[in-house]
Amino acid sequence: MLDFPLWRRVFLWTVTLFFALSAIPSLLSLSGVRLPEALPSPMVNLGLDLAGGSHILLEADPAQVAAQRMETMEETVRASLRNAEPRIRISDISTSGRRISFLLEDPGEIDRAREILMPSINGAGTTREWDLDVIDGSRFVLTQTNAGLNLAIDNAMQSATEVVRKRIDALGTREPTIIRQGDDRIVVQVPGLEDPQELKDLLGQTAELEFKLVDQTALASDIVQGIAPPGSEIVPYAAGSDFAGTSTAVRRLGGVRGDSLTNAQQSYDQQTNEPIVNITFDSQGGARFARLTSENVNKPFAIILDGEVLSAPNINEPIYGGTAQISGGFTVESANQLAIALRSGALPVDLTVVEERTVGPDLGRDSIEKGAIALMVGLAALMAFMIATYGRFGVYTCLALILNILMILGVMALFGPMAALTLPGIAGLVLTVGAAVDANVLINERIREERARGRRVVQAVESGYKEASRAIFDANITNTIAAVIMFLFGTGPIRGFAVVLMIGIVTSVFTAVTLTRMWVAGWLRRTRPTDIVL
Amino acid sequence: MKLLKLIPDNTNIKFLRWRVPFYAVSLLLMAASLGLVFGKGLNFGVDFIGGQMVRMTFTESGEAPVAELREDIGALGYGEPIIQQFGSANEISIRMKLPEGADEQPALATVMGDRIVDTIQEKHPDARLDGNDTVSAKISQELAWDGGIALALAMLGISIYIWVRFEWQFGVGALFALAHDVTLTLGLFALTGMEFDLNIVAALLTLIGYSLNDNIIVYDRIRENLKKYRRMPLAELLDLSVNETLSRTVVTSTSLLITLLSLLVLGPNVIFGFATAITFGIFVGTYSSIFMSTPILIWLGVTSDSFVPAESRADAQDRKARET
Repeated sequence: MLDFPLWRRVFLWTVTLFFALSAIPSLLSLSGVRLPEALPSPMVNLGLDLAGGSHILLEADPAQVAAQRMETMEETVRASLRNAEPRIRISDISTSGRRISFLLEDPGEIDRAREILMPSINGAGTTREWDLDVIDGSRFVLTQTNAGLNLAIDNAMQSATEVVRKRIDALGTREPTIIRQGDDRIVVQVPGLEDPQELKDLLGQTAELEFKLVDQTALASDIVQGIAPPGSEIVPYAAGSDFAGTSTAVRRLGGVRGDSLTNAQQSYDQQTNEPIVNITFDSQGGARFARLTSENVNKPFAIILDGEVLSAPNINEPIYGGTAQISGGFTVESANQLAIALRSGALPVDLTVVEERTVGPDLGRDSIEKGAIALMVGLAALMAFMIATYGRFGVYTCLALILNILMILGVMALFGPMAALTLPGIAGLVLTVGAAVDANVLINERIREERARGRRVVQAVESGYKEASRAIFDANITNTIAAVIMFLFGTGPIRGFAVVLMIGIVTSVFTAVTLTRMWVAGWLRRTRPTDIVL
Repeated sequence: MKLLKLIPDNTNIKFLRWRVPFYAVSLLLMAASLGLVFGKGLNFGVDFIGGQMVRMTFTESGEAPVAELREDIGALGYGEPIIQQFGSANEISIRMKLPEGADEQPALATVMGDRIVDTIQEKHPDARLDGNDTVSAKISQELAWDGGIALALAMLGISIYIWVRFEWQFGVGALFALAHDVTLTLGLFALTGMEFDLNIVAALLTLIGYSLNDNIIVYDRIRENLKKYRRMPLAELLDLSVNETLSRTVVTSTSLLITLLSLLVLGPNVIFGFATAITFGIFVGTYSSIFMSTPILIWLGVTSDSFVPAESRADAQDRKARET
């Protein structure tokens, strides 16, 4: 038990020094010293609550994805049957909930219609996306399948995450973390970002741009009441646009969507000097835009962003160049934001901020300083207490304590972002210091007892370590259970706390049991005392 | 060299003799705590009820204009803010309940948050935003649920571990001691009205772990003594075990309290509640491991036969070892 051959001592010291030295760069940087570049310098990562920054949790509404699929499917059905050779006529098309139903005018065309719609119903992958029923011989009913909807939500979230990443990158912030969470959430963490307003504005924009024809047949009195002619819908003007507070009617189908852009830039109107956004379509979008404008010269069309009309200019001439200009009461800033949003693509689904946590950088710096002071003072007082209580054995305990703190920080530095130091983590560090001595207390008390029972020094020490380890083991298991549960259920800062506890449990058993035993054994061998003060 | 001994050698306090009055007092305290928690209620932070908490420092004035802020924020129509100073007089926290309709429209919470921060900073350019937490109703419900589950799981998991390592009576005893510690700590928070947020849940989980340490040490000694002194009356044996481990219990708890007090007094203001919960919990936990979890073993009918199977196995091994 007290036998430590040379190889074992070398091994233990190597492990100890490796982890303890890994903490040095972080400690030096705390006092402003930087090591030369050539030296490896792992750093303890700071959590958002210490480094300052923003944590934003975004949530999507799955119902919106379902609604969008309905709309797309309706358009697909109309277009593919209309474009069939010969054309298949349908009527009484209606949507409700998750179903689209329509009537074939010629029931003899059932098989052909089914064949044409099959690719859209089956979808691209292996998942069947829609169920098709034919009722009464000529009514088609399409119902979204759950699997199809889930797939669509999954896809939408995947590309939404990508879009969010692009937009944040465009802001030029440092090292953002963007993680999809669960079925319908995205976590965004941006260290060092003090004012998340810009970020939230940017993410709050779906940036779905549409060009739709204004329905000139709609009566002003109907629009006010929200009644649209068949095939049209009422869309309000955006706040800040020329007709803010009023609405207009636009044709529901047959417009061009702004999702096929190759570029978008903030610029100024050459006549009015008003901020505008210049957009460039890709070739396909450009062709569609050219067709829309050439077929509707001298009619107004509405530029709609996220369901609000920005402006409704007249089409003076066909636009063939594939570029367009968007105006609508922008400020330079909002035009710039729109340009970024358009460049990064529209979000396939609206995202709502459901949780936001921002910490200013000063508070974190203050916390680190105060935490360090609390740690130092607590440590000093504790070391005095240990030496007063256990004498020489207390000195070993103190050495173990210092190495323990260094090793915890060292392990955290080596693990990097996976083990970031948070505000509760600092408390965890202080707490671990207090708890780490427990193992030594148990051992020392046991040695005292064994001595009191008249055992000789070496036997007393040996059985002190042996008998105490069972209790030390059990005690640390319960702490591990608590820490693991905290880690599994906790959010950022609390996870940081759990991480410190877990690392601390391992390092404190190592330093308080293994290392002190090595030191005590070395001392016993060297001096062979017949009595110990304990 | 004369060493410090908090507990003199051969201390023999008859803890068990007073078990009924101690239990009566503790049960009363637990009932009072529960009464406070359910009657007065806990002062839940935004983590659990949603809403907003802003922390600000007015860098260029000695004291935050609390009355003025209360009026300005009240004028926004979101209801009355709760404004508290913490740390120095120019550091404040402002708490707001979720605005109406925020259950259906989660975005309303952040809109309110932004408006409040803007309102203050417009009037007080020196107001430094130290923290802004805005939590919607949905998220806060999830956090509350997760927190509750985590606490329950931890208590149950640890008790099961003790049950497996020891005997069922010990598991029950541990669970009761844990319930005691957690209840009293909750009672303290209800009594003082200190804010109860996610950090406090972490503190509760931690104190569960540490309070259990003490239990385990005592239980471990009880098990050892049950095997060693087969004929000793149980009450006497429990007293012996508690006394034998008393020095360790006191030294360890003192160590923890030394560091925790330093954290309470010198540490960051923001974790004052957290440090308070753990400090109080360690205190209560030490008490409960002596006065609660040990006497209950008598009532649960632990006998010196509880560990006989384990012992006879050990005996058999010993005999075998001697024979060979």
